[in-house]
Amino acid sequence: MALIPISLKVNGTQYERAVEPRRLLSDFLREDLDLKATHVGCEHGVCGTCTVLVDGEAVRSCLSFAVQADGAELRTADGLAQGGKLNALQQGFWEKHGLQCGFCTPGMLMVATELLERNAQPTKAEIEEAISANLCRCTGYYTIVESVQRAVELMKEGAK
Amino acid sequence: MKPAPFDYIRPGSLPEALEAIARHASACKILAGGQSLVPMMNLRLVKPAVIIDINRVPGLADIRLDGGDLVIGALARHATLLASELVAKHCPLMAEAYRHVAHGPIRNRGTLGGNISHADPASEMPAVLAVCDAKIGMRNAKRARTIEATDFFTGALTTALADGEMVTEIRIPIAAPRQGAAWHEAVNRQGDFAMAGVGVLVTVAGGKCTQASIAVAGMERPGVRLPAVEKQLVGKALDEAAITAAARKAGAEVRPGSSYHADEPYKRELVETLTVRALTAARERAS
Repeated sequence: MALIPISLKVNGTQYERAVEPRRLLSDFLREDLDLKATHVGCEHGVCGTCTVLVDGEAVRSCLSFAVQADGAELRTADGLAQGGKLNALQQGFWEKHGLQCGFCTPGMLMVATELLERNAQPTKAEIEEAISANLCRCTGYYTIVESVQRAVELMKEGAK
Repeated sequence: MKPAPFDYIRPGSLPEALEAIARHASACKILAGGQSLVPMMNLRLVKPAVIIDINRVPGLADIRLDGGDLVIGALARHATLLASELVAKHCPLMAEAYRHVAHGPIRNRGTLGGNISHADPASEMPAVLAVCDAKIGMRNAKRARTIEATDFFTGALTTALADGEMVTEIRIPIAAPRQGAAWHEAVNRQGDFAMAGVGVLVTVAGGKCTQASIAVAGMERPGVRLPAVEKQLVGKALDEAAITAAARKAGAEVRPGSSYHADEPYKRELVETLTVRALTAARERAS
């Protein structure tokens, strides 16, 4: 199969690559760009750990082809920390034990990022709805919800 | 868990897309949101030789009013339709049913045209379109045609689409005065495929039901109406007795099939209960 040239921005960095059409966006990020924060679990859209933001929208990177992201602007969990410092959401997960094994965490962080960008004061029900797209087999979800709630507090404190 | 190799075509216009689809016919699959197609490709349940990515075809995602119809472009995303004021106003049944469809990241990508072309019997939208007397607009490189939604769905994962043809738009008659609609479903977890779903649309005038449509999801086939139940409702006051009798009829009429989470007798009970809830809610909204 012929390789197709693509150009896209990930976490603020511009990349030019050539890909096979069948290259999944998840594999492209991990293997071709060496951005390993995005995890790959079920590879058929159920578990959610591969979730990334494409032009501001949360999508399953295992259900997109890299070639489709030509011209797009992506964000992944690799890019959340700024200057080596955890952002408010990551800090919330750190303080509230929002992860145990950590496998689901990149997907949880990205759906929560989309949520907080659209709704800075989400209710508990709204947080639960947002993370309902993603599976976690460790926490029972309680601490993940608390982590996002803690992030909301931290963001408010940061804005003062 | 990786798709088989394929050639990739990204048309920039509808004529270009239709030309590519005509050329590759049964060898190609159309990629819209990809939320059903790509899992099947990853699992190698399908291995299309050619993928035609219509995501950059302009004008295919519009939502507009045309005469008495709400017209939805095939490429309109579930998330857009869920948030659309036009949909909420002119097809409240669709707006209500969309609250049960999948999860955020899936809704961000999945499209109405892709959903109905996939024709999953568990999906809400085939039933919604059947209830609303929607029409499906399709095109191939040579001509356009429009058929009733109930004729579009020919079986589980099967539609009236021919090789070389694609869905371009969905036309739904806009909600009329004195109409009430409701969607109810039973599901283990929010956003999962429903074990059973019931959509109804009734018109009430002079205290009597003058028109009734009902369709079910989660059964053997997608987009199936229950005409015997509708007939039973028309001309009656929608009181408890009429609703209970109609619900019992609905439970008896459906062809449920059986799934891991719900066997056939349980599905019939669900349809009965959900029909009571949907008809009761629709009656309140109609008056």
